[in-house]
Amino acid sequence: MSEPTPSDILRMPVYGPGSSFTEVLKAHNQDLLPASVDHPMHVPEGTTVLALKFADGVIVAGDRRATEGFQIAHRSIEKVFAADDHSAVAIAGAAGPAVEMVRLFQTDLEYYEKVEGERLSLEGKANRLSQMIRANMPAAIQGLVVVPVFAGYDLRREVGRIFKYDVTGGRYEEDDYHATGSGGKDARSSLKKRFRDDLTREEAVKIAIEALFDAADEDVGTGGPDLMRGIFPNVVAISAGGIDEVSEDEVQSLFEELISERSETRPHESHPVDIPRPGGDQ
Amino acid sequence: MPQPFYVSPEQLMKDKADYARKGIARGKSVMALEYTEGILMVAENTSVTLHKISEIYDRIAFAGVGKFNEFEQLRIGGIRLVDVKGYSYSREDVTAKALANAYSQSLGNIFTAEVKPYECEVLVAAVSEDPENNELFHILFDGSVTDRSGWVTMGGQSDALGNYLEANYPSGTPDLQTALKLGHDAVTEVEHREMTPQTLEVAALDRTRGRRKFRRLSDREVADALK
Repeated sequence: MSEPTPSDILRMPVYGPGSSFTEVLKAHNQDLLPASVDHPMHVPEGTTVLALKFADGVIVAGDRRATEGFQIAHRSIEKVFAADDHSAVAIAGAAGPAVEMVRLFQTDLEYYEKVEGERLSLEGKANRLSQMIRANMPAAIQGLVVVPVFAGYDLRREVGRIFKYDVTGGRYEEDDYHATGSGGKDARSSLKKRFRDDLTREEAVKIAIEALFDAADEDVGTGGPDLMRGIFPNVVAISAGGIDEVSEDEVQSLFEELISERSETRPHESHPVDIPRPGGDQ
Repeated sequence: MPQPFYVSPEQLMKDKADYARKGIARGKSVMALEYTEGILMVAENTSVTLHKISEIYDRIAFAGVGKFNEFEQLRIGGIRLVDVKGYSYSREDVTAKALANAYSQSLGNIFTAEVKPYECEVLVAAVSEDPENNELFHILFDGSVTDRSGWVTMGGQSDALGNYLEANYPSGTPDLQTALKLGHDAVTEVEHREMTPQTLEVAALDRTRGRRKFRRLSDREVADALK
């Protein structure tokens, strides 16, 4: 398909592609749409992301590791993205298509807001993402699975909300918390023990960090805090006032606190290595 | 076979231009004024939902006068154009110049090739980190473009507003409040009616904001500034 001239785009009927940026691309720039693949392949995969509610909103967090088979593909990948001022999407699965999906999603939300002059409802955003995941089905069948967690502050209902997805685009709302990716099960177990309905922002951030730590402890794909390189998980807090990134300093000090707490309750044991030698006493 | 009457190209263009000018003269006006933190846009507009001024991209805003459906089509087309460009390349590759050029080409083609020219004019404004690099492109119904600085007016009372601003726009760049007062006084003077915050549509490209520089000023903010 030949590239449209600016005049072509300016003179497209207003109600042709409507308020959806994806439809604009479908009409004129199909090569910019996420592609489907014919052959399965090994690509970098994002691992553990989670979301949990607190009294004023919702926390979204993710570790920083991407793996490719048994190799580390990237040590400081970002998997938590602000979708707009009041929502975030955290990605697990094939990193390439996932990041591309997020970029399209962000552009879609902003495009809608500019064209319509008002924002989509949180429900509307969650459904839009669902359609994008469904559009990725052919690639997912070939192994490029993208399963994000979407969370945000619903300005109309005045609550934080969390949505999880399956590979077919199925959309399910979670009441309290959710975690997905290779360490998702471990993170969920950790969240389950610590979650309460009335968490403050600080408590919720701490619980999120603890869950990521537990996931990294059990799952080879999940990256823990990298004290040597100074790489820490991304954490954002979303409330009525908008989306805020939790500073790296705060995340780092919470990790240090957690590590010292756990070292106290679980004193360092020694595990001496006794190499059996030939001709030793049997 | 009947022969069409011969009309000279000069006459044809003149008739079209007169037609377009008349249509634009019936509508309300918009003006843009540079102020210390960016660009302020003021229009007389009693509707709270049908905007004359809107956001196009991170640093770029749009204002239209004349026939609503025509400049609305240009506005939405413009958003499509820049969003496609920013998505396929990078956000920093989106420029006001390219958008103004696209509008110019499009309006120019319509003016010469179509039976009815568009009865609208549009403004593409872009704020820059460096106040000297702010851009104000005024695109007319026939596709001609002018690159302005300081202030620009368009619409039915464009000339009268221009005269007022010419006489009253300060030599140094005004602050937000001064610019807003100036805009308010200009519309009041020209329309011979008292303008209230409810009858004005006010928006700004504010360089102190984050990625998206565009913001609308609420009636309360406008009222406070006009006190």
